Amino acid sequence: MTARADPPAAGAPLSLAQEVARARRRRRRAFLRRLFGHPSFLIGFVILVLFALTALLADWLAPYGPTRIHFRAILAPPSADHWLGTDGFGRDVLSRIIYGTRVSLRIGLFVVLFTGIIGTILGTLASYVRWLDALIMRGLDGLMAFPGVLLAIALAAALGPSEMNAIIALTVTFTPRTARIVRASVIVVQQMQYIEAARAVGAGHGRIVFRYILANSLSPLIVQLTFVFAVSIIAEAILSFLGVGPPPPAPSLGNIIADGRTYIQEAWWITVFPGVVIAVAVLGLNLMGDGLRDVIDPRQRSNRGGDH
Amino acid sequence: MTAFLVRRLLSAIPVLFVVTLVTFLIMWLVPGDITAEIAGPDATAAELAAIRERLGLDRPIWVRALAWYGDLLRGDLGYSYLLNRPVVDAVIERLPVTLSLTALALALATVMGMLLGILAAVRHNTILDQGAMVTALVGLSIPDFWLGVVFIILFGVWLGWLPTGGFVPLSEDPVGWARTMALPAFTLALTQMGVIARMTRSTMLDVLGQDYIRTARAKGMKRHTVIFRHGLRNAMIPIITVIGVITGVLLSGAVVIETVFSLPGVGRLIIGAIQRRDFPIIQGGLLVTACVFVFVNIVVDMLYAWFDPRVRNDR
Repeated sequence: MTARADPPAAGAPLSLAQEVARARRRRRRAFLRRLFGHPSFLIGFVILVLFALTALLADWLAPYGPTRIHFRAILAPPSADHWLGTDGFGRDVLSRIIYGTRVSLRIGLFVVLFTGIIGTILGTLASYVRWLDALIMRGLDGLMAFPGVLLAIALAAALGPSEMNAIIALTVTFTPRTARIVRASVIVVQQMQYIEAARAVGAGHGRIVFRYILANSLSPLIVQLTFVFAVSIIAEAILSFLGVGPPPPAPSLGNIIADGRTYIQEAWWITVFPGVVIAVAVLGLNLMGDGLRDVIDPRQRSNRGGDH
Repeated sequence: MTAFLVRRLLSAIPVLFVVTLVTFLIMWLVPGDITAEIAGPDATAAELAAIRERLGLDRPIWVRALAWYGDLLRGDLGYSYLLNRPVVDAVIERLPVTLSLTALALALATVMGMLLGILAAVRHNTILDQGAMVTALVGLSIPDFWLGVVFIILFGVWLGWLPTGGFVPLSEDPVGWARTMALPAFTLALTQMGVIARMTRSTMLDVLGQDYIRTARAKGMKRHTVIFRHGLRNAMIPIITVIGVITGVLLSGAVVIETVFSLPGVGRLIIGAIQRRDFPIIQGGLLVTACVFVFVNIVVDMLYAWFDPRVRNDR
């Protein structure tokens, strides 16, 4: 972005740079107004902020420590002392859920970050370096041939259960589709006249790629990454449920549900509540993604294909 | 059409190559001595040496890769020392359960999703439309395995309507089979019907805005004839694409949900193998499931070409 110029006095002549900066600011403000005026995006954004605050303020919000054992309240149903009941070790389910949001959020953020970076590199290389295109794309096609999160399950099983390995497994699983999306939008941008113009005035490859191509093909990537975030939260829960996610006793939304499965006959609350939290968080991200796409690309209104 | 099929089959070769390569490399990612894990806890030193010899773990990785491909071409996916039988047999035996669960869920998701989508499109911008789309989005946001557990609590533990797990083969007792498959299939379908509903709605809205729809209505055709014969038929292609995509999701969802409902499919085989660290089974299960999905994608593309002649002539 260009440096912000101070607003000039009324009537004073503007330099070209000031004009451009002013137009940019106006466009950005209009974009944000449209975005936050979109009901889905706004609702989703509020949900995500609440979710993030819960994770950040867990130490203050949680009534008890996440691994503290209450011997007199083993498998206790929801009550004034334990709003969402306790689990088989007498641990407070509400506190575990509050701390569990940290793991989900952390995994989601890292998967989004790595998927975004690697997807952008692969997608740009494939579209910009012609001889690499077929090689990269066939590789990605191969990875996408593993249905859903099955590859992530197998990878996490091979690497061993840990948070880092879950992040690696999910990144490998979600990068191919992201790279494809980047490639598709880079190919469109590459054919724009301003790229030809940049080349004509002698801009180097680096400048063309970073300053012009990537800057102009980011929006589909951002929409995609919102959905990757949503799917990562569900996928973490699946990995933990199957015992190949972040290991206990530290709580994650997924492994609380896995704990609850042993007690479905006598303690439904262990299973039900963390799942509701996952569903609400994922719904928030899906709403945000839908809103973002509507605002960025009004032609493609809400016909998202499933991608987890 | 034949030329298209041949081209499509040829394009599956590099995909299958990557799939097999990745499956091979997964074993190589396992930290530590894999031999002990494969052989099980009470293997003797001689057995360990025999397995290491058989897997060629002392040889360089490219030799092992060649051996892996050699075995694959002969239809050999390795040997499970923990189950004491060839991997191929164990996986193939479990495949029908997973496939029938996926197919059942796909059928349910398609029917429910398309009905919801058509309803929303026809009643565009009404409460019905918004309700359908909210339902679709909520379904998409629910983790399917969790929904499965909740259904077990609700219908199995509290209401006692359906068994909480277990499996009856179709050949022995069709009613019992349906009772054990209904809940898992419905669970999977509920979370994925939203994808189909959203796609159906948006393409139906596009199609219903076309001139020929107005013409058909203007010449006095019945409303539902126009919607189904003129509208839906032309909206099918994007819907088929989505059906192809969610088949993959359902296939991997089936793998997880089998564990929840204790169905003896490939999924429970893989998950059990993960807990026992039986890597040949994990590899074999992963590979076979991926091959099924590659095959499904070919079928989807053929359907595509069948619905839209432009596709088969274009490429």
